[in-house]
Amino acid sequence: MSSIAPSVLGSVPDVRGRYGPYGGRYVPETLVAPLEELDRVYAEASADPRFHAELDMLLHDFAGRPTPLQFAEHLTEHLGGARIYIKREDLLHTGAHKINNCLGQGLLAVRMGKKRVIAETGAGQHGVATATVAARLGLACTVYMGTEDMDRQRLNVNRMRLLGTEVIGVESGSRTLKDAINEAMRDWVTNVRTSHYLLGSVLGAHPYPQIVRDFHKVIGEEAREQILGKENRLPDWLFACVGGGSNAIGLFNAFLADATVKMLGVEAGGRGHTLGEHAVRLTAAGGFTGARPGVLQGTYSYVLQTGDGQIATTHSISAGLDYPAVGPEHAWLSDIGRAEYTAVSDEDAINAAKTLARVEGIIPALESAHAVAELIRRAPKMKKDELVIVNLSGRGDKDMETLSRYV
Amino acid sequence: MSKTAAPQAQDPIAVGRIARKFRELSARGELGLVAYVTAGDPSLDATEQIVLTAAESGADVIELGVPFSDPVADGPTIQRASDRALRAGTTPASVIDLIRSLRGRTQVPLVLFSYFNPILQMGLQKFADAASASGADGVLATDLTPEEASDYRAAMRARDLDTIFLAAPTSPDERLAKIAGSSSGFLYLISRTGVTGTRDALPEDLPALARRVRRFTKLPVAVGFGISRPEHVSVLGGIADAAVVGSAIVDEIEKSVSAKEAALNVGSLIRSLKDAARSGISRRGL
Repeated sequence: MSSIAPSVLGSVPDVRGRYGPYGGRYVPETLVAPLEELDRVYAEASADPRFHAELDMLLHDFAGRPTPLQFAEHLTEHLGGARIYIKREDLLHTGAHKINNCLGQGLLAVRMGKKRVIAETGAGQHGVATATVAARLGLACTVYMGTEDMDRQRLNVNRMRLLGTEVIGVESGSRTLKDAINEAMRDWVTNVRTSHYLLGSVLGAHPYPQIVRDFHKVIGEEAREQILGKENRLPDWLFACVGGGSNAIGLFNAFLADATVKMLGVEAGGRGHTLGEHAVRLTAAGGFTGARPGVLQGTYSYVLQTGDGQIATTHSISAGLDYPAVGPEHAWLSDIGRAEYTAVSDEDAINAAKTLARVEGIIPALESAHAVAELIRRAPKMKKDELVIVNLSGRGDKDMETLSRYV
Repeated sequence: MSKTAAPQAQDPIAVGRIARKFRELSARGELGLVAYVTAGDPSLDATEQIVLTAAESGADVIELGVPFSDPVADGPTIQRASDRALRAGTTPASVIDLIRSLRGRTQVPLVLFSYFNPILQMGLQKFADAASASGADGVLATDLTPEEASDYRAAMRARDLDTIFLAAPTSPDERLAKIAGSSSGFLYLISRTGVTGTRDALPEDLPALARRVRRFTKLPVAVGFGISRPEHVSVLGGIADAAVVGSAIVDEIEKSVSAKEAALNVGSLIRSLKDAARSGISRRGL
């Protein structure tokens, strides 16, 4: 169904935050007025050249944009198929794409007169980026993180604390990202008059999926210009990992109207197909069970859940993909067939990280390694003149404890 | 938005058990007591005993919480209760079965109190049919606002179930009008920004908030979040039509070693709260 008109693709979300049937705003009443305020302030900021000038300055001087689009000469040779380009979001300040959104929302928080930001984090990359931006903009910062994730991403916990952020461990549920979001929402509903919830993915109630997408679309805009400069044509494929889906949306967005550009989102296949062993929400093939449309943490999208609507636990070796729901725009892109979604196991992600390190001299975050793993699977079968861009959303420093077990 | 009169006063549903109960309370000039219990905590049998005792002890309306894995609007007390109920195997269908069983033994108004996803997964129509057939009187979904609730409201109203929506201190006037227009039975006013849980004192701005809400509705207004003690209830008579007490009741259940003890302790808490409601500031002056 990729015959859908570009004008339709450009129009999501609608005024109620809907991407087709997905999205919306399912929150306790206390949060509706703050979300409406955020929507209003974001619209004002979007139309304000000074806001863009300040954000562009911070992205350039503080975060390090633009990031390179690197021709992966050795990986291309190694796989013997498509020509592979790597979008180097791992080179950004703090080590992942997350800072694009944090700078944007940080400026919105200042514009709203909020003195404090709250965030959740899974892999710790969004937490570190939020802590960094809070320090830069002079905001107080509290980050919620599941204790399971604190164990596996200890380096990032220490980075946040060094930056002056209060990191609060969350012991409820599966002690991962979903539970951290619950606690962040509880903090926000309590301190809503003084604090901004700096949500870290294309998830949550409207307008978050839209705002987070818009602050990340610079990834795809740069990549589009860079590939046209280097190859004088558009890519055939885009590859990106999908937890909530922010780096993938950021890359995909600029190419949605280009019907020849195929898009592939890679989910976490974990260690098995049964509910609880994976974080696969959109991959129709492959026998992963438990995903149905439902409402979690403010938005209507595909959610891993039981028949009674209780949210399932998930597993992934990468904390950033270990989440039971997916951004509503991905749910819609999947339904209309504009993007394809697939899954990669823990083991394949580890092997991909090792391959990329040895062949190309880049240690990827385990999240991004999922996209690389799918690329390793598919590139050899592609023609030599096919062009691929893979989004390397983050670097692997934070994962060294996990990776060192496999060296 | 102007101070529009509340159209729901003429709503045909407004003759259900909930409306009748609030009319009785109003005639007596008495503050109502709405008691919340998480269904299935620690078992559905225990909940049945607790609800019956609560009704006998003076609870005017009972909210039965449908446990959900991710209760973002709730504090630690109700989170733990939800966990216990889920571990005991409680499902939305089994909570509706409990209502059927209760309805054979009490006429106390019963409200299903849930997050939206469990209702959505059962199917709006199926949920409404089953809840109505069991003898439930109303439904409240904590994370559902009027804007996202048109299908839900249509399904519930078609089965004569009251739809109770929440108003918050952060709700501007135009939202209060919308919330009032979407609600039936009563309107649930959140007393403060925050999650559920016991607190020491009522917020200072609560009287002003309640007055603001009343400009938009003729429905009874029940105030909840942080209402836990007789002294809270005794002053609410001048402000609201009912007090909602949840976490304080769930605390008693958590502390008890058996269903029987839980029922006894909840019963004595409800009596002390209801005594405060009867002897506190009267509703007649309002």
